[in-house]
Amino acid sequence: MKKPSVVRPKILLLAACLLIYPLVFSDAFYRDIGVTFLLAAISASAWNIVGGYAGQVSVGHSMFYGIGAYAPLLFYQLWGWPPMFGIPIGIVCSLLLAIVIGAPTLRLTGHYFSMATIAVAELIRIFTGTWDLVGAAIGLQGPAVARGWWDLTFRGELPYYYIFLGVLAVLLYVTYAIERRRFGYYLGAIKAGERAARSLGVPVRKTKIEALMLSATFTSIAGSLYSIKTGFIDPESGFGILISVQMVIIAALGGAGTLFGPLVGALILIPLQTATNTWFGGSGSGLTYILYGGIIVLIARFEPGGLFELWERIAPARWKSGHAA
Amino acid sequence: MLFLQVIVGGLLLGAIYALFSSGLTLIWGMMNFINFAHGEFVMLGMYVSLLVVVWLSGGPAAFGFAAAVALFVLGVIIYAGLIRHVMRGPMLAQILSTFGLALLLRYTAFFIFSANFVSLPQTSLSGTIDVGGILMPLAQLVSGVLAIVLTVGLHFMLTRTTIGSRLLAVSEDRNAAMLMGIRPNRMQALAWGLSAGAAGIAGALMAISYPWSPSVGETFGLTAFVVVALGGFGSVPGALYAGLIIGLIQAISAFWLGPIYKDIVVYALFVALLWLRPQGLMGKA
Repeated sequence: MKKPSVVRPKILLLAACLLIYPLVFSDAFYRDIGVTFLLAAISASAWNIVGGYAGQVSVGHSMFYGIGAYAPLLFYQLWGWPPMFGIPIGIVCSLLLAIVIGAPTLRLTGHYFSMATIAVAELIRIFTGTWDLVGAAIGLQGPAVARGWWDLTFRGELPYYYIFLGVLAVLLYVTYAIERRRFGYYLGAIKAGERAARSLGVPVRKTKIEALMLSATFTSIAGSLYSIKTGFIDPESGFGILISVQMVIIAALGGAGTLFGPLVGALILIPLQTATNTWFGGSGSGLTYILYGGIIVLIARFEPGGLFELWERIAPARWKSGHAA
Repeated sequence: MLFLQVIVGGLLLGAIYALFSSGLTLIWGMMNFINFAHGEFVMLGMYVSLLVVVWLSGGPAAFGFAAAVALFVLGVIIYAGLIRHVMRGPMLAQILSTFGLALLLRYTAFFIFSANFVSLPQTSLSGTIDVGGILMPLAQLVSGVLAIVLTVGLHFMLTRTTIGSRLLAVSEDRNAAMLMGIRPNRMQALAWGLSAGAAGIAGALMAISYPWSPSVGETFGLTAFVVVALGGFGSVPGALYAGLIIGLIQAISAFWLGPIYKDIVVYALFVALLWLRPQGLMGKA
């Protein structure tokens, strides 16, 4: 970000593209892809804060996503609250969970954190499937017909598109602000070497937990947006391991720990996923995950920095953005 | 008497948990590397057994051997093609590599074998025997005992033989081992082969008695984590005790609370362990 004059126009161009996309492609199919893309970009960018910038690879972020997804519909079903009232409740629960999980596990090495996050997410998924209050294995449903705008239940995709775009913009701005503040440098130091960071006076544990909390907040919001939009949630679509996998792969494909990496990853993966699902029909989802697995292995083996780093290496100097990660 | 039967059944299944977890703990202890695809190795061992039985109409000895060999080879290939290259890379690459591998193996199995549960046809080990009033399926008894023998065998191999000392030497100090004329890459490939082979044979032992589907790998992988966390990282005897304990806890919670709660109890135990003793029950701080 040394040359803002070079970067600004690109960001404005990107913003303009995202703003006019649903107006140019007014077909419901393309708008749906657009909304799916935005949601994937939000969750992956949220994961990116702790998984990319801080280098603490969580593979159980679906725990926050699921809590965020369940809260709006739960309070709607219990007391008829407008679903959006559940968003802050979801955030508070996710924050508490982040502290409970983060305090013991972030003390340990990176592998252990990954393992613990999978185990906790699975624990919550199985437990949700047996708990009648939250609909057990059947799940929860939102309002079928909107009682007013505050229910955020719209017929078309367009209102969701712009709400999601607004959230993504806020999240990217927060990430951008972190990158330039001391907190961001702390995260980078921790990722590069925890022991060295500690010896230089970085408050390692505090910083890691704060990163996890921030990440959990936005992941929870992503989950809430998903369940409010679809009006339905069950254990698999809220807490399933594939929800976490998608966040990791999208961020890693584009470039974990870079501002626009998750956006690039979602831009490639979501159309790809839609294509495999359309081409192969029912068996498509299986193929999608074979593809996911293959992509993850290839990234890990050949390009752990993601496409962003590949670009920085092979692109001519004058095209580069000037802020190598 | 029924309760006693539940306990014995839990211990016999726990012995198989111990066998595949000892493979996970071996890699972890030796290379400080977690294999997220370990449960998938167990799952593949089960399908290898099925193929041997269906195509070659082989008996338990044949498919047990085939599963061990096939997974040993797969383990070596995965080490040489993937792990060796990401081992020294960033943490993200290490975790992603085996995590992606797990997805790849799991969903390829879904694609080939479908999501339906399958089980082996009757083998020569079917039937039950009566040990002092406790009715035990013969297959479970043989598998459980064999799993303990193999786990103990692996422990002795690691502690009492030259090849075991070489493996240990590489894990203690790679460079010093190289100066002693040991080739770390070969030893680590061997460790991956042994680890996957142990998972494969454990899969074959389980396939005799239990039905399965491609998704069992995830459950077994997590179970192995819990066992290793409980037994201490890198300790094969620890994995043996912890495997038996986990099998027992699962059997008792399935008996008292209902079958769906058996995994909840185990994962909850894991989370509790993280809080109280993150270094493992028998591990050093």
